[in-house]
Amino acid sequence: MGGFAVVLSPFNLMLMIVGILLGVIIGVLPGLGGANGVAILLPLTFSMSPTSAIIMLSCIYWGALFGGAITSILFNIPGEPWSVATTFDGHPMARQGKADEALTGAFTSSFVGALVAVIVITFLAPLVAKFALKFGPAEFFAVQFLTFASFVGMGRGSAFKTLASMSLGFALASVGLDTVTGQLRMTFGTTELLTGFKFLTAVIGLFGIGEILASMEAGLAFAGTHARLRLNAVLETWKKLPAYWMTSVRSCIIGCWMGITPGGATPASFMSYGIAKRFSKNGNKFGTGQLEGVVAPETAAHAAGTSALLPMITLGIPGSPTAAVLLGGLLIWGLQPGPLLFVEQKDFVWGLIASMYLGNIAGLIIVLTCVPLFAAILRVPFSIIAPMIMVICAVGAYTINNAMFDVWMMGLFGVIGYVFNKLKYPLPPLVLALVLGDMAESSFRQAMLLSQGSLSIFWSNGLVGTIFGLGVILLFWPVISWAVAGMRQAKAA
Amino acid sequence: MSGHEDDTDNSPRLVSVRTMEVVVAMVLMALAGVVIADSLRLGVRWRPIEGPAAGYFPFYIGLILAVSSAVTLIRALADKPIPGQTFVTKQAFGRVLAVLIPLVVYIIVLSVVGIYVASAVYIALFMWYFGKYPLTKGVPIGVGISLVLFLMFEVWFLVPLPKGPLEEILGY
Repeated sequence: MGGFAVVLSPFNLMLMIVGILLGVIIGVLPGLGGANGVAILLPLTFSMSPTSAIIMLSCIYWGALFGGAITSILFNIPGEPWSVATTFDGHPMARQGKADEALTGAFTSSFVGALVAVIVITFLAPLVAKFALKFGPAEFFAVQFLTFASFVGMGRGSAFKTLASMSLGFALASVGLDTVTGQLRMTFGTTELLTGFKFLTAVIGLFGIGEILASMEAGLAFAGTHARLRLNAVLETWKKLPAYWMTSVRSCIIGCWMGITPGGATPASFMSYGIAKRFSKNGNKFGTGQLEGVVAPETAAHAAGTSALLPMITLGIPGSPTAAVLLGGLLIWGLQPGPLLFVEQKDFVWGLIASMYLGNIAGLIIVLTCVPLFAAILRVPFSIIAPMIMVICAVGAYTINNAMFDVWMMGLFGVIGYVFNKLKYPLPPLVLALVLGDMAESSFRQAMLLSQGSLSIFWSNGLVGTIFGLGVILLFWPVISWAVAGMRQAKAA
Repeated sequence: MSGHEDDTDNSPRLVSVRTMEVVVAMVLMALAGVVIADSLRLGVRWRPIEGPAAGYFPFYIGLILAVSSAVTLIRALADKPIPGQTFVTKQAFGRVLAVLIPLVVYIIVLSVVGIYVASAVYIALFMWYFGKYPLTKGVPIGVGISLVLFLMFEVWFLVPLPKGPLEEILGY
């Protein structure tokens, strides 16, 4: 376990704590999420070694996962999309004066979820990596296809809107220099478009600025409950938690599965909440302030958020928007994610895995002690917080390329984010396509070259055929489930 | 976001969800058209040695975008407009513009006088306008934030941000 030695160097340990604190702040602030928080801070890490940088960034990620729960419970404002389900029971608990209990429950179960996922990563990562070495361009495209298909199939709302949002991401990704032929695509003679659209600009605009616009429109004002965390409340809650072990186990399984297949933390938290509600003895009381209703989504969200890093490290496929941003970071540091990372960059990979263990333990201790402080941040009025977030977003956008053009694009993406959110166009597929677009395209073209233009390469062997078939099923899942439901109805009638 | 419906209900509706759906779907279709047109210029067929031409992939992406937006458009048009399905009311839109216009001004000013001065002014004015804070409170906070940013980026992390005449006088 040389990884622990890498992490335990004083410099990296300091970065870990700084990262968690920054992450929690990012998670608490509405308008700054894990994805754009990591995106904004990404340029700061360019001067560090890749290992130190990923330790800091992944700790920001853990911190953001913890922090998202705080605003959901105290103010009914989910700081992150995956903590939406936490508000269902968490906020009623806070209104009943059990905020400390809800927070402790949320933090502890997120810790459990993350820990289980890290253990899964530790034992499965080398296996998946070995397996992934068999991957050629066709297999890679099949997995990428599966990712996108699962977004279409498992997303709530209109599948056509998911498709539209995703294609927009792909289209934006293809702007600029074509890496295969060197031709310029969709630049229309402008030099600014030469480098294409950066996913960082899009993330900062879509999530950060878009969120502020939405909050301002609603005339949002923070009116929070005072949070005080007493030590005996922590212990009291810990006594109650073991009773929900079944819920935890279920949520861990859902979370890990959804994280590895790129379902992501948000659907995992919703799915877990729904299943817990169906199976729990107190199911009908869900929504009125049940501790179990906080445990389920938080465990699943963290298990998913953590295990989302597994496909990212081993296959280069991010399981969540934040993992997508981290993936972008890897590419910038010149590390090629994928099976070879385990062979060529052992220090880096095991350092990352070790930082997952230690980062989560440190995170739990920090968040449990700092809750009153976090609540104090939210007592700062929105009219002070909002312009600060705007300024931070502008700084983040500018530092990507040292170009004003990106700051303008950030504004434009902000408006797009605001409009898309209101019309229920999902944003994650857009970001995912923007990040993965080039990779998916080049693996598709390589596969086509190998097969001399025959699409049959995608079912030429068992492996690629299975993945591709799964993708097709997921893609048409809305149609299939609709047809099945129709047949059942016909039978019943 | 509940608890704020009272003031939005009283304000007259500016745009309905349906209108907005139609507009967005049409904009997306227009974008798809641009993508398809440029892909056709680049070539969308198989080329010997090169494989699929540069326009191949974007062409189909454009096609998917066009078709899925067309479905959304048709759905929106077929929907009977339901009263209460408001995209944005006049009052709420005013609030959005009140943030958006200063943001645009901020970005313009930023490129002239540098990010630090612009940010200090922006934060102070935002607090004054939306939070009704006196400038005696807003200015110190704005200047403070800019100073922290300056120390973090220019001094600590050595990341250059846009600077203007003031920083030049100070020797940066």
